[in-house]
Order: sequence, then C-alpha cells, then structure tokens
Amino acid sequence: MKHTERELMAIKDEVSQMWRLVLSQLEKAKQAFLNNDINLAREIVSREKRVDTFELKIDSDCENYIALYNPVAVDLRLVLSLLRICNTLERIGDFADGIARHVVKENCSSFTKEITDELMIEKMFDTVILMLSDSYVALDSENTKLSGKILALDELVDDIYRQSVKVIANHIRQKPEETECGLNTMLVIRKIERIGDHCSNIVEEIVFYIDAKVLKHSKNEE
Amino acid sequence: MIEAKNVDFYYGDFHALKGISMKIENNTVTAFIGPSGCGKSTFLRLFNRMNDLIPDTRLTGECLINGQNIYDKAVDVTELRKNVGMVFQKPNPFPKTIFENIAFGLRVEGINDKNFIQQQVEESLKSAALWEEVKDKLKKSAFELSGGQQQRLCIARALAIKPDIILMDEPASALDPISTSKIEDLIHGLKENYTIVIVTHNMQQAARVSDKTGFFMLGKLVEYNDTKKMFLSPEKEETQNYITGRFG
Repeated sequence: MKHTERELMAIKDEVSQMWRLVLSQLEKAKQAFLNNDINLAREIVSREKRVDTFELKIDSDCENYIALYNPVAVDLRLVLSLLRICNTLERIGDFADGIARHVVKENCSSFTKEITDELMIEKMFDTVILMLSDSYVALDSENTKLSGKILALDELVDDIYRQSVKVIANHIRQKPEETECGLNTMLVIRKIERIGDHCSNIVEEIVFYIDAKVLKHSKNEE
Repeated sequence: MIEAKNVDFYYGDFHALKGISMKIENNTVTAFIGPSGCGKSTFLRLFNRMNDLIPDTRLTGECLINGQNIYDKAVDVTELRKNVGMVFQKPNPFPKTIFENIAFGLRVEGINDKNFIQQQVEESLKSAALWEEVKDKLKKSAFELSGGQQQRLCIARALAIKPDIILMDEPASALDPISTSKIEDLIHGLKENYTIVIVTHNMQQAARVSDKTGFFMLGKLVEYNDTKKMFLSPEKEETQNYITGRFG
C-alpha cells in the first residue's frame, strides 16, 4: 500500500471509530428514553464532547489530505465522502444528545410508558439504528448492495413519524394536562425521524464514493 | 477539427501507437497524460509531422486536420507546420534578440514591412503575456530572459505566424511554479483563438488547463473523456490506477 493510501485509510479508520461511538450513543439514547434511565442519559450527554472532538480531528485530517496530496478519482470521492459522513455523524450525535437531555430534564416517564407502544418509538429507534449499522457495514465492506434496503428503511421511519403526529394529537385532545409531555415527546420523535434522513445521506455518500453516482435529491426529481 | 483514425505508428520494429482514434474539437485544450514511453508525445508529434524527421518510422491510419489528411502527398509540410505550431519542453529561443525571435518567422515568410512586423511582434508578445515584461528590452538577447519568459517567448514566436493549432510537449516541466502558473493562465487565454493540445506529466496541470484528457498506456489510448469526468470518476480502472498513483 502506498503512503497516500495509508493516510487515507487512517482517516477512514477514524471515521469508523466515530461511527461506532455515535452508534453506541444512539443505542444508549434508545435505552435511556424507553426506560427513563436518567443516569444513562447523563452518560450520553457527557460523551457528546468525544463525538465533537472526532469531528474536528477528521475535518482537519481531510483538509490536510486534500491540501497535501491533491487526491483525484476514487481517492477524491472517498475523502469528500468521509468529510461529509463525519459531519453527518456529528449531527446524529447531537440528536442522541438531545434525546438524552429530554430524558434528564422532562418528567414524562408515565406519559412515555403509556403511549410508547402506540407511537412505535422502539421500532423507530431500532430502524434508525439498523440504518446506521448497515451503512457502516456498507462502507467497511465497500459494497453498495445494501443501499436500496437502507434507503427503504427511511420510508418506514417517515411513515411512523407521520402516524405519531396523529397519535399524539389525539392523546392531547383526550388529556390536555399532558400537552407539554406530548409536545416534548413529539420533538424526540422528530429527532429520530431526522436521524433517519441523515442515515440516508450517509448512504448517498457511500454510493458516491464507490459507484461514482449522485443520488442526492434524486427522489424529488422522479 | 483534429482527427485521428485508427492510427498505428512504428519506430522500426517497435509498435509505438496502436489503433488510436480520437477527435479534438476546435478552440479546446486537450491534455495527453500517461507514463513515460506510452506514446503520448509520439502521437502529439504526428500532427505537425515532426516524426517525419526520425528515420525508419512508419504510419498507418489517417491524421486529419479540418478533414484533410495531413499525410497526403499533396500536403506541403512547411505550410502544415505554419498552421500547427509547436512548443517544446525546454525553451529553445534563437540566439537572437527578443524582437528578432518573433520577427524571424515572418521574415522567412517573405514579409519585410517593418511596421507590420513591429505590430505583429507586439501583438504576439501581448498574446503570450510577455509584452509588459520585455517591451523595454526588445533589442536584448533572448537568452537574458528567465526560463519561464523564454518559454513564453517561444509561444509568442509560435503565435506570430498565426497558426490554428498549438502543440505543447511538456511546456512547463522545466519551470518554477510561478512561471508554470503564467503558462497555464496563458493556455486558458489562448483557447479562445487556438486549439491547444498539451502533453504533460503533471496530472494536476492536465486537470487545471484542459477541457478533455486522453490517457495513454503502452501505445494505446486507454480513455479519452472530459477532464472533470477523468479526475472524478474515470471509466477505466487503468486510468484510475494511474491518476491516483497506484500504477505499477
């Protein structure tokens, strides 16, 4: 392996480490939310800084790589993808942090318990976690065969999100005293929905890197 | 338009170019890249018949400029070379003054009108982005110029005889980054009026100056594509391996 390839692989390895950290943050956010585990939520908040540190380091490494090695073709596509994936992972980390802060601040455990099943929040969490872990495998194995399946999962997340608006509205109508918890829970659901969108963006970056195809915004044009 | 149709070229028994076909549009910059000995300079030199000067060479296929096969017996090679100027790797000014370097080609053409020559010298030096630097020392020897200035003088000399096409064989490889940048800017500017074909070992230079890039390897044209496509998502794996430095 040439020196330039080794440098690029080192950045890819850093992104993988960041990815595992963000995945762990997201899994913990699910547990903390579903079990109203405040200690676990605090742990997520305290680990958020590590995600940010990864982002700064990878940003800087990508900038240096472009400046020093003038990458082209597959190398250029990889470094651009890694840069964008790293920024997206940081956003997902922010959402996990936001969900954890909701658990720490809001006292909505009874509301959550009552309505979680109907809202399919666990299913939503599991789906975005699957999207994030499958996209990790796709990049690691440099295989875009999984991309269609991952993008389809985002539609499932969107469906659950749309449904949950109705469920919460209905619940608030029946129990107006729980309006605040209802709205705050809606914000959490919105965060999970956005995580799904970000996972789709990551898949698009992987397809750009491996297949040199631009999927971005293609859904809107169809 | 420049066109090669199924061109094969031999140095004695050595088969240097293998079945190359390519079209180059007017007023574009086309870069040829590839490892040493891949045939890119040989291919470039076909278009002003510079290879005719090498003994024991053989060409099959057709090289056309504006539809005319330039290897037809009826073609006057001197006329062809007036239309297809060439700039070499090492600046090669004549051992004359700056002014005479440009005027020489015009005098060979039989032009003696002093005013006209004066005007052409100035125009050519301006086109080659050298006028401001030499306008006060036109009577000085061309050898007093820096390497980058000498190369721009050679470009001005090529422009003076009003060619349509300029072939450049690694025109900036012996120059420092500032002179290189001036030559590259010049190439961008000249595109408006000339068709430029450039051979370069510097891939970033190919990426910076050209509209289309041809990648040669072992005498074959592996890929010929828009430069943006070549450097972001080349179609052939050999191209990718070469431009990313994984070649060999």
